[in-house]
Amino acid sequence: MSAIANAPTFDLPGIDGHSHSLDEYDDAPVLVLVQSCNHCPYVLAWEGRINDLQREYRDRGVRIVAINSNDAVAYPGDSFDAMVEHAREAGYEFDYLHDESQDVARTLGSSRTPEAFVYDADRRLVYHGLVDDNREQESVTRHYLRDAIEAALAGETPNVADTEPVGCSLKWRS
Amino acid sequence: MRVDFLFWAGCPSHPEARELLDDVLAARGVDLEVDVREVYTHDEAVELAFPGSPTIRVDGRDVDPAGAALPPSLSCRVYRLPDGRPSPVPSRQQLEEAIS
Repeated sequence: MSAIANAPTFDLPGIDGHSHSLDEYDDAPVLVLVQSCNHCPYVLAWEGRINDLQREYRDRGVRIVAINSNDAVAYPGDSFDAMVEHAREAGYEFDYLHDESQDVARTLGSSRTPEAFVYDADRRLVYHGLVDDNREQESVTRHYLRDAIEAALAGETPNVADTEPVGCSLKWRS
Repeated sequence: MRVDFLFWAGCPSHPEARELLDDVLAARGVDLEVDVREVYTHDEAVELAFPGSPTIRVDGRDVDPAGAALPPSLSCRVYRLPDGRPSPVPSRQQLEEAIS
């Protein structure tokens, strides 16, 4: 697995107007970080399924946190204001944070949007990569993220711990 | 007929789009060489009025005229499938209509 072994510390502004830090999610038995953004068609294709997972696993304490690290100067569609608007329109039920410095993305070693990182109760990485195996929902056969969440909730290691993310390239600042 | 296929390698959708384009051309019995151009820089994107990857033009007309009006950008382009879902590649229907 290429991603770092433990969840990165962060303290980032969220679209709800509050800052959110890693410590804030201490009570969550499973924490999912998703490198994301506003304008990527792959994000748009998968975000509804990510939202469904947050809705489905909320009662079991799972928290999903999307993080947008894209360069909003070169890509204004990824600005904080655009994040607020996009999350409202898409009905996000998970926190959506702005990593303007791109420090979190660098620490995660992210390269794509969307790209998922699943951490167990000790914040050890148990899964990295795809949400599932097809951007067309009706064609999905492997539910990697769901399986990883279930495994982490059970204190187990998922059968698939690493997949190659498919999506837009992360937009680094030049 | 002239078909231009412009792409930016930072978006992974171009092989799928190219395959779909070739398939539609073959199904329509159109035998031509697609003009392929890779876009490397933002300046090139501006020069080519490239709104995202991939961009496909048939006789100079974008297969998705609405999306063609977006600002030049080195990014993945968002297409809408007939049912409204977003997609990183145009729909077969869009290509068929553009080529007919």
